[in-house]
Amino acid sequence: MKISYAWLRDYLKLDLPADELAEKIERTAVEVDGVIRPSEGLKKVVVGDVLECVEHPDSDHLHICQVDVGEEDPIQIVCGAPNVAAGEKVIVALPNSWIGDHTKIKRSKMRGVVSNGMLCALDELGFDEKLVPKEVADGIFILPADAKPGEPVFSYIGMDDEIIDMSVTPNRGDMLSMNGTAHELAAIYDQTPTMPTVDLHEATDDLADDDLDVTVEADEQAVPQYKMRLIKNVTVAPSPLWLQIRLWNAGMRPINNVVDATNYILMQYGQPLHAFDYDSLTAGKVNVRFAKAGETLTTLDGEERDLLDSDLLICSNDQPICLAGTMGGLDSEVTDMTTSIALEGAVFDAVKIRKTAHNHNLHSEASMRYERGIDHGATQTALDAAAAMIAELGNGTVANGTVIGRDEDVEPVTVKITLSRINHVLGTELSAETVADIFRRLDFPTTVSTDNEYTVTIPSRRWDIHIPADLIEEVARLYGYDNLPSTLPTGQPTIGKLNETQQIIRDSRKLMESAGLTQAISYSLTTETKARAFALHASDVTKLDFPMSSERTTLRLSLISGLLDDLAYNNARKEHNVALYEEGRVFFSQPEQVRPKEVEHIAGAITGSMVEKTWGTAENPVDFYQIKGIVEGYLKSLALAEPVRYEATTDHPEMHPGRTANIYVGDDLVGFVGQVHPTTAKAYKIRETYVFELDLAALIAAPKAHQQYQPISKFPSITRDVAMLIDDQVSNAAIVALINDKGGAHLQKVQLFDVYNGKNVPTGKKSLAYTLTYQDQNATLVDDDVTKAFEKVLTALTDDLGAEIR
Amino acid sequence: MSLQDRLTELRDQGLADIKSADVLKKVNQVKVDLLGKKGPITEVLRGMRDLTPEERPKVGAYANEVRDRLQGAIDERREELEQAAVNKQLVAEKLDVTLPGREVPQGQPHVITQIITELEDLFIGMGYQIVDGDEVEEDYYNFERLNLPKDHPARDMQDTFYITKDVLLRTQTSADQPRSLENHDFSKGPLKVLSPGRVYRRDTDDATHSHQFHQIEGLVVDKHITMADLKGTLTLVANELFGDQFEVRLRPSYFPFTEPSVEADVTCFNCNGKGCAICKQTGWIEVLGAGMVHPHVLEMSGIDPEEYGGFAFGLGPDRFAMLKYGVDDIRNFYLNDVRFLSQFYKKG
Repeated sequence: MKISYAWLRDYLKLDLPADELAEKIERTAVEVDGVIRPSEGLKKVVVGDVLECVEHPDSDHLHICQVDVGEEDPIQIVCGAPNVAAGEKVIVALPNSWIGDHTKIKRSKMRGVVSNGMLCALDELGFDEKLVPKEVADGIFILPADAKPGEPVFSYIGMDDEIIDMSVTPNRGDMLSMNGTAHELAAIYDQTPTMPTVDLHEATDDLADDDLDVTVEADEQAVPQYKMRLIKNVTVAPSPLWLQIRLWNAGMRPINNVVDATNYILMQYGQPLHAFDYDSLTAGKVNVRFAKAGETLTTLDGEERDLLDSDLLICSNDQPICLAGTMGGLDSEVTDMTTSIALEGAVFDAVKIRKTAHNHNLHSEASMRYERGIDHGATQTALDAAAAMIAELGNGTVANGTVIGRDEDVEPVTVKITLSRINHVLGTELSAETVADIFRRLDFPTTVSTDNEYTVTIPSRRWDIHIPADLIEEVARLYGYDNLPSTLPTGQPTIGKLNETQQIIRDSRKLMESAGLTQAISYSLTTETKARAFALHASDVTKLDFPMSSERTTLRLSLISGLLDDLAYNNARKEHNVALYEEGRVFFSQPEQVRPKEVEHIAGAITGSMVEKTWGTAENPVDFYQIKGIVEGYLKSLALAEPVRYEATTDHPEMHPGRTANIYVGDDLVGFVGQVHPTTAKAYKIRETYVFELDLAALIAAPKAHQQYQPISKFPSITRDVAMLIDDQVSNAAIVALINDKGGAHLQKVQLFDVYNGKNVPTGKKSLAYTLTYQDQNATLVDDDVTKAFEKVLTALTDDLGAEIR
Repeated sequence: MSLQDRLTELRDQGLADIKSADVLKKVNQVKVDLLGKKGPITEVLRGMRDLTPEERPKVGAYANEVRDRLQGAIDERREELEQAAVNKQLVAEKLDVTLPGREVPQGQPHVITQIITELEDLFIGMGYQIVDGDEVEEDYYNFERLNLPKDHPARDMQDTFYITKDVLLRTQTSADQPRSLENHDFSKGPLKVLSPGRVYRRDTDDATHSHQFHQIEGLVVDKHITMADLKGTLTLVANELFGDQFEVRLRPSYFPFTEPSVEADVTCFNCNGKGCAICKQTGWIEVLGAGMVHPHVLEMSGIDPEEYGGFAFGLGPDRFAMLKYGVDDIRNFYLNDVRFLSQFYKKG
């Protein structure tokens, strides 16, 4: 809502700077987007009197004008506007002046003729084209005849005004009007506002009822009020300049005196009004009803609209003529030929109008107000004011009486609240007088009981107030939030701490970071293909009903796919060493339910080297065992009770079939680790990449090891090394399992220290070497005993796995 | 030559030899030559049996003195040479300590996580619990239970991704609030919760809009919670994030789930309130929304608004991070460019 400071001064005595006023409004009422000064940045733009205007000899459209700009001699200006003529008062941009769009005007020559400036149209002064009246859109703007040559032009066209641009919250629809804003400011500054009065002269003999027949078929909830007045013998013409100025400064384009009057009253009272060309009605009949499926209406903007059965319609003889509260129909529009006006003042249901505006994407000044609610007590007054204004501006007469389609009794709302309740909620110690004074300033009639209970009558102009909390807000904001004390909640103390899940999640993040991975936060919404990729478990996906773009349609089943997008983004920017992890939700669908199961996962993706090549370190591109080491280290830190197992898998189509392991804790699959399938990598536009994805929720839920101190053996340990040549297909896990199985009671540790399958190793074989550590808790081991135990292992390796001990 | 003279001679000769020994090996040789079992001093001692009983102790004492003297000189010389050798080694081992160390890879938390963690810790310190709600929520909890019935105009402020008519991606983490209110046992004390998390809005991504971003919502409900408590809490949040040199102002606003509702602004840290491009010349930066919990919200959760009341607040870590670090494009937070992520060193 754009509030003209000049207009506000009709209501209140205000002489503080506009910025201060804006700040006060912001701190007390609604947000202010800024103060607009239309003449800001404009210089040397003055009134000119066109003394002489002749055609340019070398042009078919230019004119050479001699213009009095208040100096001794007139100046010569060449002008191309079709409407320039001698005797007109015009807007002159003098040489070296600044006009709209930061444009500087200089002396120039036009087809050989000197031009000492420019005659201006409104848009050249920075007016939004949408605000320029159509009749002056194609030429220069003509000022009133009494404008004084040489004076700055701004005061003549309202550009000296300051406009406070308020961003009105949905609850303060009352401030979408000058009257409402004036009431608000009157409360803030403790003034009595001068409200507009209506000077309506009705014809005595001509009854509106004789020519208009209004029925409302829609229910009272949808249409609580519907009234019309009839204005006859109107001459439709452009509005006087003062009215045009008020409208364009309020952000509305002047159209003609009839439409402008309705818009002016709309701005003044916040009551939308609609003027119909009476002669377009069928026999003066008007009915209000819901649209039927299949009906259409061509609205003022020329669009033919398919109506919905939730749309409220104004009809004549049951033919739609207007989309109620939203936009008029083209056929009943007021034109230059119109002489009689059927003027509507109505209240429509906020929800209905909101639906219509939303469904037809038609958001007008009227619909915006109906959606937020309007003052049910002001409809008749606004209708009267508009009728009077149309009659005055168009030299018409207002027929006698209002034709009532529906009226309602507007019952005043009363709200009770005690002083102690106000202080209890605000944490203040306001006195009874302070509170009473605030209600007085708000002009809310109030009575107070002996025990300080206020009974407050809420005027219909403040329909946002109906419960005690609303009154507390009124008191708080007018008392001033700055004046509130600043405390912290007291009362019974509570323990604040992360729960186990939150703590493990936080620890997991730190562990990943310590392992060299940087946290990424990717999008949860992606394409369906990517959402399904890398899923740990088979699942259907959850899709948006009405996505915004094809890139974001489906909730992810894995974190890896988002991380690969991140890697691709980095790779495309020549960042080839990237190590990221993400911790967040994936969304597995659940049978018979719309809502998916949201599961915390943690995943990592590494490409290139984790450590940059430097003077002491060679570049060391990530491989399977590096990322597996990260996963192993992480899982170890979780102290899981059950053993962690890695099993080769070909289950994941996006993963390298020979370089991927499923990860089990006990018998539960909790994740996988491996290399991204080269084909998948190509599709994501990434290089060789290693990833893991872990079901963090499962890890959090998994039983944790009961931790108990083990005494450290005082006795020395003995080691034995074994090197063997073994079939390539035999896994390390199988060998270690066998060694542990056959190792005897004192085998403490099996450590793989060499893997070789290069030169001198026959094809299909590999060479492995392990160190076995033996130790007894209670005695010094005898060498012979260890040798015996070791021999057993060697025999088992040879016999069971076909190892050739070297 | 008397034995004494012989010892004196040996001593002087020995000391000279020790002094001239310039490597450890020579020192050791001198020791063997002089003090060894076949050395001259031993020989002298052997000659003592020819002495008179009166002379014997004197010569014996003198012999010991000489031997100790020589042993001392040898030890001293050895230490000198060892020290010299160490010094030489140290000089040889000198490094350029300004060469970079061998890197141990180290990741870091996302800047948004840093902000969330900082606030979580602040509120945990004040006795709050952290609540993690679902990202896919029912319309009923996301809107209706927060006093936003269907067709409420304030729903326009939050364009929503729907899965079905009744299920949506939460537009605000305050969707957790009705559940917290329902589940809390007030006989065990006040409800104090903080809900951080991802939220979604049906927006086209650009520099200032993101269809995915984060929110932190706080809620306190007890028998006597005041708007002054809210003001104090918000001031604490602003001070934690921006520093306590800045002013906080509250101004009226509107949220369907609070009444009164306020927005909190902080003095623009860029211009100190003078007015600049960041604060759009106002001198203030809007940082969070808040208010006293609307009685309807309490009622819908079965809580008597006459007996209980509370406050709620919400803020956007994305916006905070943009303001605090001068990030000019919100998409940076979700593209995960390592050159962006690695700029925020603080640990989470």
